[in-house]
Amino acid sequence: MTELLLEVKGLKTYFYTDRGIACAVDDVSFSVEAGRTLAIVGESGCGKSVTSLSVMRLIPTPPGRITAGEILFNGTDLLKISEKRMRSIRGNQISMIFQEPMTSLNPVFRVREQISEVLKLHQKLGKDEALDKAVDLLRQVGIPSPESRVHDYPHQMSGGMRQRVMIAMALACDPRLIIADEPTTALDVTIQAQILELMDNLRNNTGAAILLITHDLGVVAETAEHVVVMYAGRVVEEADVKDLFNDPLHPYTRGLMRSIPGTTAETDRNRLEAIPGVVPSLLNLPHGCKFNDRCRHAFDRCFEEEPRLLTPKAGHLVRCWLFDDKEAE
Amino acid sequence: MTHRENADQLVVLKGIRKYYPVKEGGLIGEKSAVKAVDGIDLDIHRGETLGLVGESGCGKSTLGRVILRLEPPTQGEIHFDGEDVLAMSSNQMHGLRRRMQIIFQDPYSSLNPRQTVGGIIGEGLLIHKVGTKSERTERVRHIMEVVGLRPEYINRYPHEFSGGQRQRIGVGRALALQPELIICDEPVSALDVSIQAQVINLLMDLQEEFHLTYLFVSHDLSVVRHISDRVAVMYLGRLVELADKRELYDNPLHPYTQALLEAAPTPNADVVKNRKGLTGDIPSPLSPPPGCHFHPRCPHVMDRCREKVPAFQVHKPRHRVRCFLYSDETE
Repeated sequence: MTELLLEVKGLKTYFYTDRGIACAVDDVSFSVEAGRTLAIVGESGCGKSVTSLSVMRLIPTPPGRITAGEILFNGTDLLKISEKRMRSIRGNQISMIFQEPMTSLNPVFRVREQISEVLKLHQKLGKDEALDKAVDLLRQVGIPSPESRVHDYPHQMSGGMRQRVMIAMALACDPRLIIADEPTTALDVTIQAQILELMDNLRNNTGAAILLITHDLGVVAETAEHVVVMYAGRVVEEADVKDLFNDPLHPYTRGLMRSIPGTTAETDRNRLEAIPGVVPSLLNLPHGCKFNDRCRHAFDRCFEEEPRLLTPKAGHLVRCWLFDDKEAE
Repeated sequence: MTHRENADQLVVLKGIRKYYPVKEGGLIGEKSAVKAVDGIDLDIHRGETLGLVGESGCGKSTLGRVILRLEPPTQGEIHFDGEDVLAMSSNQMHGLRRRMQIIFQDPYSSLNPRQTVGGIIGEGLLIHKVGTKSERTERVRHIMEVVGLRPEYINRYPHEFSGGQRQRIGVGRALALQPELIICDEPVSALDVSIQAQVINLLMDLQEEFHLTYLFVSHDLSVVRHISDRVAVMYLGRLVELADKRELYDNPLHPYTQALLEAAPTPNADVVKNRKGLTGDIPSPLSPPPGCHFHPRCPHVMDRCREKVPAFQVHKPRHRVRCFLYSDETE
């Protein structure tokens, strides 16, 4: 029996804008087991980043607000604790790696100051101890000659190195959960492979769980064990990684996989199967299933009633009426 | 002044170099140069899609801009349809610009937010004084239809469109003057996967319909594999490999190409990757390593790789590679 580290139940995060209420995250539930990697995958605007920010309680309020749900971390509901207590968890037991290593590091502070800050705050280390630990962390994430690089400013480093610094900061306090929001999107493929490898090793060595937020199905296939697919603020499919890639059920997931060039055996100049249309605006979602206007299997019921999450086979959830009669016992 | 060696060649590049002078260490520092493009020989055949891949900073975008003479090369020759582009007067160049166009990466920053869609797509027609005003409007409406935009949106502004639609506007702008060559500079990198597929399909349909020639610049190996006929791989300003698409992907020769193909994540959960990959970063183009630029990261590095630059030679028919592993040179 593995230990449930993070359990999100019925999370709703809404943004109250002048043009109406945007339901960025609407009734999302998932859980992360200790030492495992869960990927949340989806296109821009599907709510994956808002989900991760909700877990960190970093939703800008106003306009945003978490209106319902529970976020249980080690059994404690993060939505019920005081901001002071949240601050002792954030960056400490739960840490975050952001997408843009260029903009998420402060350009006017040296790397050592940025890593030390976390250590001084959460672990009450002194200046010298913090510096030693910072060098140590840089070595762990594979930065060559960390003793001298620790004194660099972010602009003196390459994109890959900056992302390593971000990871070092996230690791500083031995977190139980690392939220990685598109950690390799801004990087070149050869550097991306290095960072993914590094994250894999760190997870194995530290036993931390990883919540990976990404749009890249290739990255998901290579690093995650369990996958949640989101569309228009909702979970539309959830399964183990092998199950999801070998037998995708939701028309949206299938469409996504087919629209990646080179996934079919014959890659000669044939047409890609694109999903028609665009992701609907969160302010103006279609009635019924949110994917009905782009779905080629849509039938009457899809326009009237939003599907609930069905379980056509064990451990594989899908939000689609096509599977209503195939529900497993 | 014709320099046509083969009627099949639309663009011939010879020894193209593009250096950007920089001063190191402030105002009184020493002068040096970023060798963004460092001696490229390349032909683009009429009607083909030539994929140009490489990582950031390898000079692939610069090369695209040099071909269009948006940036003058430091050295080298460019021939377009047999004519020497660099020898042209600005008048002649003006005429030539109709025949070559570019689609940019970022559909947000590459469209003027204060211009309507009609203005953006029709600007080239206006500059080249094509037809009367009503004929131009008609042409713009037709182009919009061709690229999958509703013609009644002709007076809308770019911010009223989604990313994918904006990229269609960018494609429409490139298409308006019926060019022969279009440089596609990372045209789908900023788009979501499902939208990316729509734009790739559009580009391929248009190529067939209008007999276009593409130079498709991208860092995404799977997109390049899908769309290209031939693929060139670039590393730090130099070409390291060039072959037909299938040959390159099935039988990559250069260690860098092999590493690139290995590093690209595949959406298949059953493939267990041994991600040994490449170590180290891409060196700065300001101070590239001597000899073969790739040698500090190369798993097969030999002594002479550190000293001499391997030639870009034909290894087998239609497959060129710049690597001493395949060199017959004896020392």
